[in-house]
Amino acid sequence: MATDRPAVELRAVSKSFGTRKVLDDVSLTIEAGRSICILGRSGTGKSVSLKTIIGLIRPDTGGVLIEGEDITGLSSRELSRVRKRIGFLFQYAALFDSISVGENVAFPLRRHSDLANDEIRSRASHLLTQVGLGREYDKMPSDLSGGMKKRAGLARALALQPPILLADEPSAGLDPVTAGEIDALLVTLKQQSSTTLIVVTHNIPSARTIADELVFLHEGRIIAQGAPAALDRSDIPLVRQFMTSEGAG
Amino acid sequence: MHLLVVVGEAARFAGRVIVESVRPPYEFRETLRQLFELGCRSVPLIAASGFAVGIVLSMHTRASLARFGAEALIPAGLAIALVRETGPLTAGLLLSGRIGAGIGAELGAMKVTEQIDALEATAVDSFRYLVVTRVIACVIALPLLTSLMNFTGMFGGYVAETSITGTPFQAYFRQAFTAIEFSDLIPATLKTMVFGFIIASVASYLGINTNSGTEGVGRASTQSVVASSILLIAANVLLVRIIFFFYPV
Ligand SMILES: Nc1ncnc2c1ncn2[C@@H]1O[C@H](COP(=O)(O)OP(=O)(O)OP(=O)(O)O)[C@@H](O)[C@H]1O
Ligand SMILES: [Mg+2]
Repeated sequence: MATDRPAVELRAVSKSFGTRKVLDDVSLTIEAGRSICILGRSGTGKSVSLKTIIGLIRPDTGGVLIEGEDITGLSSRELSRVRKRIGFLFQYAALFDSISVGENVAFPLRRHSDLANDEIRSRASHLLTQVGLGREYDKMPSDLSGGMKKRAGLARALALQPPILLADEPSAGLDPVTAGEIDALLVTLKQQSSTTLIVVTHNIPSARTIADELVFLHEGRIIAQGAPAALDRSDIPLVRQFMTSEGAG
Repeated sequence: MHLLVVVGEAARFAGRVIVESVRPPYEFRETLRQLFELGCRSVPLIAASGFAVGIVLSMHTRASLARFGAEALIPAGLAIALVRETGPLTAGLLLSGRIGAGIGAELGAMKVTEQIDALEATAVDSFRYLVVTRVIACVIALPLLTSLMNFTGMFGGYVAETSITGTPFQAYFRQAFTAIEFSDLIPATLKTMVFGFIIASVASYLGINTNSGTEGVGRASTQSVVASSILLIAANVLLVRIIFFFYPV
C-alpha cells in the first residue's frame, strides 16, 4: 500500500442515533505509522468513532477512508478485504464465548490464512504470551477476569498482524503493572511494525507514552488536537482537567 | 403499520437467506457443527417423544378401529396417521421449542455482547456465518428428525399393541410398512424442510435484532418459539393443501 496516503481519514463524519447527534462533523487524519489517543468524557462518541472507522457503524454523512479507499459504500465482501488490515479491540473485549481463549486468538488466522493447525496454535499461544496469558489457551472466556478478557481481545486483534490497530480502552480495568505492560506492547508495535494506532483511553500517563497526538472529543466534536506537550498548555478547561489528572483506568 | 414493517423486513430477511445460501463460498465446517448442535442433540427429545406419541396414538387407533371390528388394520392406521401428519407436525413444534429458543437466545446473547460485531470486525460475514449455516442445518435436520420420530412412534405403537395382543415384531411392521405409500411418506416428510427454514430463520431474525440487554435475550428466545410455532402451523395448512393438490386421495 502506498504510504503517502493516510492510514485512516474521517471526512466530515456525522452520525445520529434517533434525535441524538453523536458525531458532529468530525474530520480527522491519521498518517500511516502514527499513533493517536482519543480522549473525552463518557458517552461522547469515542467508541462510536472507532466503530465508524471499521465500518460497523455507517455515518449518516461524510466519508471514512482507509488507506485512501472510501469504505462507506462498500459491499460486505469488499469491506471484509479492508477489515483484514485492521485489528479491533472492543471496549468489553467481545470474545466469542463458545470457543476457548486460545481459539479466539486463532480464529482470525483460521479464517484468513492458509497456515497449518500447528502453526496457528503456536502463533496464538505466542500472542497470548505477549499479553501475559500464556497459560490460558484452553480456558473458556467466561472463566477469565475482566482484565484478562481485555488482554485476550487484544491478542485476537493482533492475530493478523494488522497495519492498523483500533483499541477501545486497552488498559481499562487493569492494575498499573499490567496496564504498563500493555502500553509497552503498543509502543513496541508502533516502533517495530510501524502499526498505526488509534487508542481510546482515559489514562493520561498511558496516552502520553503511546500517542504522538491526542484528540479530545466533546459532545461529538473535536475540541482539541495536538501533541501532549502542546495540549498541556491548552486553555480549554476540560482539556486542562484531563491533562492534569493521573488517570484511573 | 408496525406489524407490516416487521413482516416486510422478515420477508426480506428470508429472501436474503435463500440468496446467500446458494452463493459460494460455503461455510461447510460451521454448517456441520450446527447440524450436530441442532440436529444430533435433538435426537433424545425426538426419540422419546415419538415413542410416547406412538403409544398414545396406537391406543386411540385401537379404540376407533375396534368399533368396526377392524383390529387387523391397527398397524396400518397408526403408520398412516403418524407419517402423514402427526410425526411431521409434532416434530416441527417440538423443535421450534428446542431449536427456536436455542438459536434466539444464542444469537441474541451474541448480539448484546457485541460478538456479532466482533465477527464482522474480524472480516467474517456474520449473516453467512451465523444465520445461513443454522438455516441450512435445520432444513437438513428436520426431515431426518421427523423420520426418526415416525420410526420411534411406530415402535411405541408396536410396544403398546404387542402388550395387548402379543403381535410379533415382524408381522406388525410388515403390516405397517405395506400400508404406507410414497405419497403418504415423502411429501409429508419433505414439507418439514419448510418447517426447518421457518424455525431457523425466525429465530435468527429475532436473535440478531435483539437489543436492550439480558431482558432482550429472553424476549428473543420466547418470541422465537411463539412466532415460529404460529408460522409453522399456518404454513402447514398451506403445505397440506398443496400436497393434496398434487396427490389427491
Ligand atoms: N448502537 C447504538 N444505538 C443507539 N445509541 C448508541 C449506539 N451506540 C452508541 N450510542 C450512543 O452514542 C453515544 C456515544 O456512545 P459511545 O459508546 O461512543 O461513548 P464513549 O465515548 O465510548 O463512552 P465511554 O467512555 O463510556 O465508553 C452514547 O450516548 C450512546 O448512548
Ligand atoms: Mg466507549
